[in-house]
Amino acid sequence: MSQETRPGDRPAVRGRGFSQIPMLPELAAVASAFLVGALILWVTGHPVLDTFYHLFQGAFGSWTALGTTLTRATPLIFTGLAFAVAFKCGLFNIGAEGQLHVGAFAAAWVGFALPPLPPLIHITLALAAGAAAGLLWAVIPAVLKVKRGVHEVVTTMMLAHVGILFTRYLVFGPFMAPGWIPHTERIVPTAELLRIMPPTQLSTAIFIALLCALAVYLFLWKTAIGYEIRAAGLNPSAAQANGVPVSRSIILALLLSGALAGLAGAGEVLGVFRRFVDGFSPGYGWDGIAVGLLGRLHPIGVVLAAVLFGALHVGGAAVDRVTDVPRDITVIMQAMVILFIAAPRLMSFIRGQR
Amino acid sequence: MRRITKEFPGVRANDGIDLSVASGEIHGLLGENGAGKSVLMSILYGMHQPDSGEIYVGGSPVRIRNPAVAIRLGIGMVHQHFMLIPNMTVAENVVLGFEPGGLLLRRQEIEQRVAQLAAEARLQVSPGTPVEQLSVGARQRVEILKLLYRQARILILDEPTAVLTPQETEELFVTMRALRAQGKTIIFIAHKLKEVMAICDRMTVLRKGRLVGTVEVGHTSEAELAEMMVGAKVVPASRTEAAKIGEVVLRVNGLTVEGARGERVIDELKLELRAGEVLGIAGVEGNGQAELVEVLTGLRRPSAGQVFLNGTDIAGTSPRAALDRGIRCIPEDRHKLAIVPDFSVQENLILGDHYRPPFKGPGSWLREQVIREFADRQIAEFQIQTPSRETPVRSLSGGNQQRLVVARVYGQGRVPALVVAAQPTRGLDVQAIRYVQDKLLQLSDRGAAVLLISADLDEIIAISDRILVIYQGRLSETSGSPSRHELGLLMTGGRA
Amino acid sequence: MTNIWEVLLSVGLFTATIRMATPLVLAGIGGVFSERSGVINIGMEGMMLLGAFFGVLASYLTGNPWLGLLAGMVAGGLSGWLHAFLSIRFGANQIVSALGINILALGLTPYLAESIWGSRGSSPSVTGLPRWELPLIREIPILGEIMGPHAPTVFLMLAIVIVAHIVLFRAKWGLRLRAVGESAKAAATAGIPVQQMRYLGVIISGVLAGLAGVHLSLGHLSMWTIGITGGRGFIALAVMIFGNWRPFGALTAGLVFGFADALQIRLQGLGVPVQFMQMVPYIVTIIVLAGVMGRARPPADIGKPYQP
Repeated sequence: MSQETRPGDRPAVRGRGFSQIPMLPELAAVASAFLVGALILWVTGHPVLDTFYHLFQGAFGSWTALGTTLTRATPLIFTGLAFAVAFKCGLFNIGAEGQLHVGAFAAAWVGFALPPLPPLIHITLALAAGAAAGLLWAVIPAVLKVKRGVHEVVTTMMLAHVGILFTRYLVFGPFMAPGWIPHTERIVPTAELLRIMPPTQLSTAIFIALLCALAVYLFLWKTAIGYEIRAAGLNPSAAQANGVPVSRSIILALLLSGALAGLAGAGEVLGVFRRFVDGFSPGYGWDGIAVGLLGRLHPIGVVLAAVLFGALHVGGAAVDRVTDVPRDITVIMQAMVILFIAAPRLMSFIRGQR
Repeated sequence: MRRITKEFPGVRANDGIDLSVASGEIHGLLGENGAGKSVLMSILYGMHQPDSGEIYVGGSPVRIRNPAVAIRLGIGMVHQHFMLIPNMTVAENVVLGFEPGGLLLRRQEIEQRVAQLAAEARLQVSPGTPVEQLSVGARQRVEILKLLYRQARILILDEPTAVLTPQETEELFVTMRALRAQGKTIIFIAHKLKEVMAICDRMTVLRKGRLVGTVEVGHTSEAELAEMMVGAKVVPASRTEAAKIGEVVLRVNGLTVEGARGERVIDELKLELRAGEVLGIAGVEGNGQAELVEVLTGLRRPSAGQVFLNGTDIAGTSPRAALDRGIRCIPEDRHKLAIVPDFSVQENLILGDHYRPPFKGPGSWLREQVIREFADRQIAEFQIQTPSRETPVRSLSGGNQQRLVVARVYGQGRVPALVVAAQPTRGLDVQAIRYVQDKLLQLSDRGAAVLLISADLDEIIAISDRILVIYQGRLSETSGSPSRHELGLLMTGGRA
Repeated sequence: MTNIWEVLLSVGLFTATIRMATPLVLAGIGGVFSERSGVINIGMEGMMLLGAFFGVLASYLTGNPWLGLLAGMVAGGLSGWLHAFLSIRFGANQIVSALGINILALGLTPYLAESIWGSRGSSPSVTGLPRWELPLIREIPILGEIMGPHAPTVFLMLAIVIVAHIVLFRAKWGLRLRAVGESAKAAATAGIPVQQMRYLGVIISGVLAGLAGVHLSLGHLSMWTIGITGGRGFIALAVMIFGNWRPFGALTAGLVFGFADALQIRLQGLGVPVQFMQMVPYIVTIIVLAGVMGRARPPADIGKPYQP
């Protein structure tokens, strides 16, 4: 059996989750988002090209910018993976924001409450604590889903608020470092993640994130348990009838998702802030949803989408500093990406097909 | 209807069909599964638009854009799968969309009207009952009442007898003749030849989307109709050699399953099945077959009773345990229970065996090489037509999907201990039906115990070694070679 | 430090209960309309936010809070239309589409606030809605105090509960809407325009969510702030489920949550850390859902796009 390739044929990307023409719907969605953004800028009297120029400059225009973009992207890789893993099992984990808060605090606590240990051990413990805390925060939604059929959208969302409030209490209360700023003590230097691109805050956390992306890929597509999670997500009744323990898969997927979100917070604490600071997250958890969706729930896509959204935010901050355009324009564009991704037929409609 | 053509992605469901129905007649629309009968009628009822062709009602051309238009033209349709709202009452279902009065509902008036209408048509219903509590026959009466309420003059009945016993079918025919006497026109979609010959005045036969011909009942025979429907002589599957019946593989004792409202869906059921035997269970849908299948495959825990497979009681275990013990199933609803449509052919082929060696290696890793080779072998052996093993199963035709399901039954070459086949040939074309039946016989030749549950009496009679009838959760034995009449009686609870 | 009994037995608590229940009940009933027609709508948080914002904007521009009320409802209705458009016309995943609308609102409102007022966190004070009192009821000793003075949105809420119940369960249109949600195919064969009914259901939910937002901004604070909705759009989902998808049920559930919310504010003076009190509504939501799911049943055909 031969498969001739004629000159000019583009090999379709083979891999789960990619359409026949690689990434066309995603690129179209991003392009449309930029168009809508441009429209809003124009309607509110802001210069479009100038704004976009500053956006790109702020995100990619220098090594510092690039480093900042990647730093911003790192937690998004984690939360994007978190959303994707849950979604692969048909679940909506939108509580990543809360999971990452408790994960961040747990990692910080291991960072400052324990005496100095060999860095490898200390960091591993701190990361494990972060993952464990995030995992724990997903237990209640998982159990309620399996035992009572409660939709996890609401429970994860509610617990997100609870998680944010709880860590806020901890940092304003018992764990507040002396002074007026709502942050904890600094973590011990042996718990720090190495900065790899000074003067930016980019740390080895990004390698951990990429490692997690690889791990998620191997887990979901190369193991039997991952196969079961995907089957349970696509057709739970057929999966159940053929020996897939659907309940167990659901719980596994949600717990794994929580753990990944927890790692997002841990990475921020250990790599960027070196302590738990109230309000450290500008919404990484919520952004993770868009990142997961844009990335087509595939680890490679998630990484790319995370970089894109990181760029949007860093660029947006630059725009905010340099011009008088509010940074929220990037949030609007993010929403547009989600809406355009959500309606695949919308894209073909706009392209003039049926 | 003139030169009606309708295409769906991948298939031309109707290809230039002409159909003319005289008023006051019962007109049969015949054809195999997939011949295009339902599509043609759904066009008449406004649920689809034809790609080309015209429709004339009472001589005038019409455009039937949606069901509301059809209803206004006096066309009504009773679908094969009932279009009733389970948690609303009979009366609410009947008047839905055409409620009397102004903005507000007048409950009492509605119920009175419905009761009156039912009495006039001699259909037994109680207007205030929620539909979910009704039997299948009663629900069909509600559907017909819906048509009468909207003053339909042309009634389309889509395979109404699929869910009825022979006796209930007779009652339906009585009603149909009464309606014809009132001047109504009836289009009767069916693929059971005996019924069509019994009730219709004229018949139109479709095959693979094309019109084959229109005949009068007096001028044709069953054999001729069959040939028109299929284009060739149909030979049902049958055993080539005598069955080699071995030890008892399955013994069910006192099995009881209670339904949502506490009623007994399966009532102290007993059965014995031996290796190499094909046991056919005939019965009208809804008498406990689905629940029996669920218990055998580990999806449902019975309230009481034992299910011994090769000596071990497996009642109440999980689907995985059932699979481990060698129970394989061809489920009734393949899309819901057998395949994951977005998974590839390869991934679907290992579903159910995916957690075991040789597919699973140490530590949950999947052995890709082994899986690929297995998939290639299965595709070849079972002649599953697919562009590649990576193709998503949803792109396959129904017949090929069923081949995949059958391939899974064979697993990795080990003969399963028990094969449960629930309505395995429903919705398939003739060749696929024959294929599945041959495979079931082959499995039993190799020593599997085969349990065939089917509403198709011809199929059961053709390939079963023994036949039982299920009625209201209990099984009745039959004589050596029971007749359709005897089976029909048992299916309604009578005594042979 | 106030005594807990003083808090529990104060009339002010119950007055606050009704006031805080209002947005939950309004959005909850909105959710009922949407889900009864078969469309999941978790975007009410965003629709509420948009309603709150545009209500304030209209009042700012015209000085007339009633125009603000209208504007808020229109804004909510438009965002409802968008959700319906994506879900119904393009078969989008209904949860994703609603999430997108939430994020859109979260981005659009501060952006516009900054562009118009120069501050992305809040608007200036505007003319809010007046306070009304019911003339006869005011005389009744305790009930009178509980029932007024309130913003008109509170009384609108009570009226809407009754109207919604009549429409859904006693009117022809309501029967058809519910049929669409239970079985779109069956409704279609009865001649009911399924897509149209679903559009209406979702737009109504947007309008009511917008009204809920107006209550928060014009009816309470007389301004808009970025966090004004505080998750209430999601709590409204719990209200809807707890109320078994019925208007009077939503009223009961909304009052329960409103009580929890009002209580939490009053208890803050008691020495319990503020954050724990703020957690109460969210925790109560989870507990309620855990207890109620399994007994409550949503419309049978919900969430599935209808393909004729």
